[in-house]
Amino acid sequence: MIRTFLFACILALSVAINSSASAQISIDITKSEIEPTRIAIPEFLRQGAGASPYNKDIADVISADLERSGLFEPLNRSAFVETQTSLDFEPVWQSWRVIDAEVLVSGRVVEQDANTITVEYRLWDVFGNRQLDAARLRTPKENWRRIAHKISDRIYNALTGEKGYFDSRIVYISEDGPKTERRKRLAIMDQDGANQIYLVGGSDLVLTPRFHPNKQRIAFLSYETGRPEVFLMDIATGNRERLGRFDGMTTSPQFSPDGKNLLMTRMVRGNSDVFSYNAASGKLKALTKSPGIDTSPSYSPDGRKIVFNSSRGGKPQIYVMNADGSGVKRISFGSGRYTAPSWSPRGDKIAFTKSEGGKFHIGVMDVDGSNERLLTGSYLDEGPTWSPNGRVLLFTRETRGGQPYVWSVDLTGRNLRKVETGGSASDPAWGPTLK
Amino acid sequence: MNYKYLSLVALSSATLLTTGCATKPDEVPAQITQMEKPVEAPRNIAPSPPPPVAQYTPPMPQQMEMAPPIEMGPIPGSIEDFSVNAGDRVFFGYNEATLSAQAMTVLRAQSQWLQSYPATIVVIGGHADERGTREYNLALGARRAEAVKDFLVSQGIDPNRVTTVSYGKERPIDGRSTEEAHSLNRNGHTAIISGTNS
Repeated sequence: MIRTFLFACILALSVAINSSASAQISIDITKSEIEPTRIAIPEFLRQGAGASPYNKDIADVISADLERSGLFEPLNRSAFVETQTSLDFEPVWQSWRVIDAEVLVSGRVVEQDANTITVEYRLWDVFGNRQLDAARLRTPKENWRRIAHKISDRIYNALTGEKGYFDSRIVYISEDGPKTERRKRLAIMDQDGANQIYLVGGSDLVLTPRFHPNKQRIAFLSYETGRPEVFLMDIATGNRERLGRFDGMTTSPQFSPDGKNLLMTRMVRGNSDVFSYNAASGKLKALTKSPGIDTSPSYSPDGRKIVFNSSRGGKPQIYVMNADGSGVKRISFGSGRYTAPSWSPRGDKIAFTKSEGGKFHIGVMDVDGSNERLLTGSYLDEGPTWSPNGRVLLFTRETRGGQPYVWSVDLTGRNLRKVETGGSASDPAWGPTLK
Repeated sequence: MNYKYLSLVALSSATLLTTGCATKPDEVPAQITQMEKPVEAPRNIAPSPPPPVAQYTPPMPQQMEMAPPIEMGPIPGSIEDFSVNAGDRVFFGYNEATLSAQAMTVLRAQSQWLQSYPATIVVIGGHADERGTREYNLALGARRAEAVKDFLVSQGIDPNRVTTVSYGKERPIDGRSTEEAHSLNRNGHTAIISGTNS
């Protein structure tokens, strides 16, 4: 009975067997203190000579993904009692319980042909004696890391009820050279630091890349023409174009959630205001008209509101307005200076940079400005960007007299980590999860 | 015997050894005498008298009285002349884009210079220190550059000769993370991009 059931499931492509709602094990990621879930991830089984080394590498990447999230503790494989020989039978539950594994991930890599592998995976609830999820994924061999990230996403989703964010990429600025002659290059990498590629060479100063919400496109700032202007780039082809020709300088690009509009800051005669640019019409529309510095706009995920920072009241503070520029309302009232706000993809939080007392912090607040919480603090922490599921923030951290690097922290303030970028890096922007 | 002398002796000996030239000990002091002279005349002060004729071969006869020897300081109308004799940079307070009295003095000298050389075109770079977020500092740099431009225009400079660009915190002139470096990095820099005679 069980075997027939399992067989049917594994035939279906990417089928989730069970929702996490009914699972005995579930992780509440909103709590500020979390005991990481003990997870056993043996090397995957392999079928066909060309299934190696993917069977080990995929298990390793999943293990690293989950460990980095701070929610999981992958167990040392040398402690494992059972060596599974088939994916089509239940594990021997007791042999995983004795090592205190709460969940078990098992998988199999099948070499389909010289270029293709099929990866099957199952997620087991060791104490509930049940399967929580199963999937079968096929891919060209060189794409194997994405299979691992997709499985990590499924595990994260099955156990937390939240969407995973592992199959995603990060654009950032790679930095080298002395501060007075810094070279900055536009770069992209997988969320875990693998597959780093430079997108633009470094002859011109480039800053603040931002992802399109669903296409493999980015907007960024370049000094290619001698002054700061917003450019668009297609990641796959490398083709880039200047976004219109406007009087003044343009900075701070940010796509609307539907990708049809782009927010940016335009600086004319020294004054900075927020504009929206419609890609179809090529029209630029002023959304703010204050004599103060208005910049760093960011859309709410429903596209109806915009958060930005403004110095119209003196020190820079955070304001929210409707997408057409009406109904401007200040939401930050604490002491210190608030800049670089970013609206959470979940819609319920706004991340920001706050400087106060000689330190810079990454913080979050509700969209009405209440419940402000500072998550980090250092000589210079700035520019938060959200993971696609709104649970993790990336930002730039620079120590006094040191180099900038990309760091990550959970929304709860836990799990502060340096992100592997291969060298100095700044201005991270987290892209959407891949299809 | 001072340290400079010692190191020069060492340097000369090393050069002789490595190049394998015939060693004539009495040549060494002669080199030292020559090298100990200051390489550049002090800037910002009255030009020093020209060196003895023996050491100076005049360039093109046409420009004899126009082109003084290098030791006399920057050539009038050159970019160096502008930065040395007018001053090419003014400084701002933290998060400020208003000009101090000191900055205005420099900018008056700049505008006088620019009026003397009406063919010159300038671009004002606005700069911020590192203690601010990137996009905010780009906006702040734009305000500073504009403040400089506005003042030059108020002094009679044709606005068409002046453009502005903001570098935010991207191009510090002092790479340290100290208060002193920060105050140097908050500036407006006037760069001559064309129209000079050098």
